[in-house]
Amino acid sequence: MSNQSISINKNQVTRFLKRLYRCRMLYLMILPSIITVFIFHYIPLYGVQIAFKDFRSSLGIWGSEWVGLKHFKTFFNYPYFGRVIWNTLWISLCSLLTFPLPVIFSLMLNEMRNEKLKKVCQMITYAPHFVSTVVVCSMIILFTNREGLINIILGFFGVEAIDFMGLSSAFAPIYSISGLWSGLGWSTIIYMATLSGVSQELIEAAKIDGATRMQVIWYVNLPHIKGTVITMFILNMGSLLSVGFEKTFLLQNSLNQDASSVIATYVYEIGLLNQQFSYSTAIGLFNSIVNIIMIVAANTISKKLAHTGLW
Amino acid sequence: MTKQAKSKLHKTSAFDVINTSLVVLITLIVAYPLYFCIIASFSDPTQVSMGRTLLWVKDFTLEAYKYVFQEERLWVGYRNTIIYTVLGTLYNLILTIPAAYVLTKKYMPFQNILSWYYFITMYIGGGMIPDYLLRKELGLLNNPLVLIIGTGVSCYNLIVTRQYFASSIHPDIYEAAYIDGASEFKCFTSIAMPLAKPIIAVMTLYYGVDHWNSYYNALIYIRKEKYYPLQLVLRNILISNQNTSVDLNTDISVIEYLLQKQHMAQAMKYSIIFIASAPLLIIYPFIQKYFAKGVMIGSVKG
Repeated sequence: MSNQSISINKNQVTRFLKRLYRCRMLYLMILPSIITVFIFHYIPLYGVQIAFKDFRSSLGIWGSEWVGLKHFKTFFNYPYFGRVIWNTLWISLCSLLTFPLPVIFSLMLNEMRNEKLKKVCQMITYAPHFVSTVVVCSMIILFTNREGLINIILGFFGVEAIDFMGLSSAFAPIYSISGLWSGLGWSTIIYMATLSGVSQELIEAAKIDGATRMQVIWYVNLPHIKGTVITMFILNMGSLLSVGFEKTFLLQNSLNQDASSVIATYVYEIGLLNQQFSYSTAIGLFNSIVNIIMIVAANTISKKLAHTGLW
Repeated sequence: MTKQAKSKLHKTSAFDVINTSLVVLITLIVAYPLYFCIIASFSDPTQVSMGRTLLWVKDFTLEAYKYVFQEERLWVGYRNTIIYTVLGTLYNLILTIPAAYVLTKKYMPFQNILSWYYFITMYIGGGMIPDYLLRKELGLLNNPLVLIIGTGVSCYNLIVTRQYFASSIHPDIYEAAYIDGASEFKCFTSIAMPLAKPIIAVMTLYYGVDHWNSYYNALIYIRKEKYYPLQLVLRNILISNQNTSVDLNTDISVIEYLLQKQHMAQAMKYSIIFIASAPLLIIYPFIQKYFAKGVMIGSVKG
C-alpha cells in the first residue's frame, strides 16, 4: 500500500519536474522582469522596518535600534496632525464631487448622431490627459494670478481681482477643477467602451413601447454601465487618503499652506528636507495601511449593496 | 434597416440640438486653456495682461520666443528628456512584453503565484524614504541611470498587455507550432510578437508619455542640474520662478523697465508651455486611437 502511494507520488514529482523543464524558456523570459520588480518593489519593503526604528545611516537599516511605535505616536501628537488629515480628505472629497461628470458626459457623447463631430469632440477632450503635471500646474498659476485669465474674465462681471493661489479656501476647488479638466475626456473612454455594448434591440424595443430619449438613457444605458461606474467609484474611494504628491507639491506656496499641506507633502518635508527618515517612513506606512483598509471597506460595501466589486 | 428607423435617423429633434451644442460647448471649454496659452505666447505681453487676447493674437510678436531660445537649460532639459524617454521606454518594453506573454501560459507551474507577485506591487510599496535609501545603496543617486531603469515594470501596463495576449491570440496556434517542434522562445518571437504589434504600439506610447511627463523621480534622486529632465527645468522656470535671462536693452525708467520685465517673464512662460507640450500635442492626433485602445483592452475583465 505505502509502496504504491510513494510510487504515485514519485510519478507526480517527475511529471511536475518535466513540466518545469518544458517551461524552462518561459522562466528565462520572465526572469529579468522578476528581478527588476524584486529590486525596485520588494527590497524597499525590507526598508519599511525603519518606521519602527531610529534609523542612522552609519548603523544601516538592520543595525539601527528598535523603538516600537514611537514615530507613530509622534505623528498622532503632531499639533497639525488633524489639519494634515483633514486637508487630505477635503481635497479628495472635492475631487470625488466631480466623479459623476465624466459619466454624464459619456452618456451625452453616446447620444450624438454626427459621428465625425463626436470623434473630434472626443479627441479634443482627451488631449489634456497628456499635458504634464508641471505644465498643468504652471497654467493654473498663470491663470489664477491677479493679472491672469480668470481675473480678466471675472473683471468683465465687475469682480475685483483675487489672488487665488494665495487663498487657502480656493486650494481644494482649484485642485479638483483642474483634475476634472485633465481627466474629463479620458475617463469617458471606459464608459464609452461599456456603452458600445448596449443591446440595440433593447433600445428599439423601448422605443416601440414609446420611451423617450431621456427614458432610454435612464432605464437602458445607465443601468448598463452601472457596474463600471461602481468599480470606478470604489477605486476612487480607495485613494481617498492618497492625494497625489506631484500636483499638491507644485501648487503649494507659503500663502496656501494651511490648506495644501497633505500627508504626501508632509512625508516629503520630514523625510527628504529634514532627513528624519524613520519618522517619515512611519507616516507613509500609516497612510498605506489606511488606504488598504479604505479600499477593502469600499469593496465590501459595494458587494453588499450593488453585488459588484473589484474582487 | 427598416424605413421607420431610417426616417428616425434623419429627424433631428430638439434633444439632438441641445445635446450636441452642449457637447460642443464643453469641448470648447476644455480646449480653451491650451488655445489661450498659444495665442498669448504670440501676443504682446501688455495686451495679454489687459485681457485683449481672449480670442485671437493681438500685436503679434516673437519677442518671448527670442528669449526662450536663449534659455540654455531648457534645451539641455529637452535633450536629456529625449534620451531618458527613448532608452527608458525601450528598457520598459524589453521587460514588460515577454513577461506579459509568459503570464498567459496557464500550464506553466507557479503561473498564478507569479501573477500575484506583480499584482501586489500595485497596492503595496516601500514609500518615499525606503525607495530613496535603496537607490542610495545602489549608487543611483545623482545618476541619470535612475531615470532610465528606476521604474522597471508598471504592473498596470503588464496586466493590459497580458490581457491582449490572452484575448487576441488563440492558444491553438501555439499548439500547432509545438507539434512542429518549435521552442517556447520561437513561439514568442515568430508567432506572438508579430501578432502583438498593436499592443506594442500602445505600450510604447504609454511608457513614452510617462517618461516624457515625469518629474517626481528627478526631483527626489537628481541634484545635478546638467542631468535635469525637461519637466524639472520647467518646474524651476515656471513655478519656482527662478530668474530667466530677460535683459531688455532699453533706456526707459526703472519702474517701467521692471514692469516690462515682469510682463516679458509672463509671456515667456506661455511660450515655454507651448514649446514643452508641442511635441506630444502634435503627434497626439495620430496616436490617440492607440491610447484609447489600450484603456479598452485593460477594461475587459478577465
